[in-house]
Amino acid sequence: MNLALAKTDTARATSDIFATARDRLPGKEEVAEVRQRAFEAYERAGLPHRRIEEWKYTDLRALMREVLPLAAAPDAGALKRAEVALASLAAVDAQRLVLVDGVFAPTLSHPSTLEAGVKVRTLREALEDQNDEEKAELLDGGGILGPMISLNAAMATDGVLVTIAEGVTLKKPVHIVHVATRSSAARYTRSFLTVGKGARATLLESFVAAEGARSYQTNDAVAVRLGEATELQHVRLMVDAPDAVNITTAIFTIGAKARLNTLNMTTGGGVSRYQGYLTFAGEGAEVTANGVSLLVGRQHADNTLFLDHAVPNCMSREIFRSVVDDRAHSVFQGRIMVRPDAQKTDAKMMTRALLLSDEAEADNKPELEIFADDVTCGHGATTGALDESLLFYLRARGLSEKEAQALLIQAFVGEAIEQISSDALRELAISAAQHWLAARG
Amino acid sequence: MALLEVKNLNVCVDDREILHGLSLSVNEGEVHAIMGPNGSGKSTLSHVIAGKPGYEVTGGEILYKGENLLEMSPDERAAKGVFLAFQYPVEIPGVATMNFLRTALNAQRKARGQGEFSTPAFLKKVREVAAKLNIPQDMLKRGVNVGFSGGEKKRNEILQMALFEPALCILDEMDSGLDIDALRIAADGVNALRSPDRAMVVITHYQRLLNYIIPDFVHVMSRGRVVKSGDKQLALELEASGYTQFDDAA
Repeated sequence: MNLALAKTDTARATSDIFATARDRLPGKEEVAEVRQRAFEAYERAGLPHRRIEEWKYTDLRALMREVLPLAAAPDAGALKRAEVALASLAAVDAQRLVLVDGVFAPTLSHPSTLEAGVKVRTLREALEDQNDEEKAELLDGGGILGPMISLNAAMATDGVLVTIAEGVTLKKPVHIVHVATRSSAARYTRSFLTVGKGARATLLESFVAAEGARSYQTNDAVAVRLGEATELQHVRLMVDAPDAVNITTAIFTIGAKARLNTLNMTTGGGVSRYQGYLTFAGEGAEVTANGVSLLVGRQHADNTLFLDHAVPNCMSREIFRSVVDDRAHSVFQGRIMVRPDAQKTDAKMMTRALLLSDEAEADNKPELEIFADDVTCGHGATTGALDESLLFYLRARGLSEKEAQALLIQAFVGEAIEQISSDALRELAISAAQHWLAARG
Repeated sequence: MALLEVKNLNVCVDDREILHGLSLSVNEGEVHAIMGPNGSGKSTLSHVIAGKPGYEVTGGEILYKGENLLEMSPDERAAKGVFLAFQYPVEIPGVATMNFLRTALNAQRKARGQGEFSTPAFLKKVREVAAKLNIPQDMLKRGVNVGFSGGEKKRNEILQMALFEPALCILDEMDSGLDIDALRIAADGVNALRSPDRAMVVITHYQRLLNYIIPDFVHVMSRGRVVKSGDKQLALELEASGYTQFDDAA
């Protein structure tokens, strides 16, 4: 059989996109070499498709079809539109760092709100730093492989590198905001958060669209490194434009005795995939990794988590809730690996989907790979509709059909939200759910 | 004009007729007891009045304050003052009782074109009613009926009845699953709500409840219709003779 070696039109177009973008991408020499190799790795695989097990339910060749050209760097007009979009976050009292169309926007960020012990650099600065000999490692993906993370390494235009000093307790969240202003273009960002030993912090990430921004693509990567005995509360709110694509890779490395509580909340975007890789690097750590997807229309949202219990005596909890209306599609893939040395691992995962229409779809795929013998592991999954008897009870008490549904949906997703200990972050997540419910009418 | 007028009602569930030409007339200020054996259609009647889906009315009508009740959605009926105290109140995890009560009361008020209750006024009212019903404050913070005992669930129904101030209360087997002390507390709560402008329909299998809630009228249901009506003496007769005689009659 003669396999076609010629590039498809789509692949050729992508290759042109990289060639054209090259001059704009920060970093020369070894950084440029890493980008070249990453791009070649992407090209060999192309967009992931359903025959690749990890992407079985999220076939990007069908859903995304092509890689769009790099978004132009923001000009004054784009920054103005981004500023208007940021008004929706005005109530959030945080140390704000804004990326517009993949480029750090100092005028929209609040460097003066940075607390003592917080240092911020941009990815661009770091990649262009002549004195930094390890800068190319910023693009190596921390050992996580896959075409989308390779593409991110090749194309990343900017991001923020946040370092929190040892022993510091932050008063306000660090808030990374991604604003899209360009339509039919792609943005690639890569950010880092390093939390020093004993420090306590909250990280909020928001993805929002400026008025009129449509059909754009986001490929973001975030690497979080938690030192010993640290505590991080993390909430990610994805409210991209309804026809936008968002592919995000999050890599968490969790030190000994660290506490991580992370929630990914998807209410926006047309096609999204949030892939989290969480690795225990020291004993006695605890992770709560939750997710909520609220979907309407033809939205497709995929949450894929890989929890790696590489060391003994760690605990992990995953609660995932999806509410799927119309012809939307929710995917949850939760993989837990318990390595041979990881005795006394305590890992549990529970996923529940609520289908609000006959055509809604939810796929749940839990996977446990256990190589240690003294562990407590479990998973569960349910899919169903709203309970008619509960709906009738509420309606008999005067709630309209929509009001009754809204109350039950809020309670349903609340289980995944209520563990956030930061009041401000928890309320933001709740109001994101309420906003979705109100928009549903 | 009667507050509730059920005329020749025929009701089917899954193509099986449960009520066959049932008629009942209830005026303001009256307390009616409906008694009857299991399967006689008592709960079906309460569900149809409240608007539970799954019941097909194939004949007859129900007028409430002269309006066609069957055309109204369950929430419209609630806003107009129809209240069903459920035989089996459901548990709603994740919805705090207090939040539920406020949402329901304000939904009813909104439907009636009234303004929302202010939070302090609402809290004061709930606390007063709860204290009368021996409902501890911490129960109000829990999910609706979650982890409540049978008696607590029934008291929570009466709490809602007191709070929403309905014109027509249907109490469906309020005594089921209650011990004598719980029954007395619940009945006291109901009696406190008796008023000249409120009617009650008390559905029960046993005469026992009617020692605590004294009815003005007693109706016996059998095989989907009212077969005998009388005053409270009828309940005592039934206690002595049982329902079998009516099975034969029907």
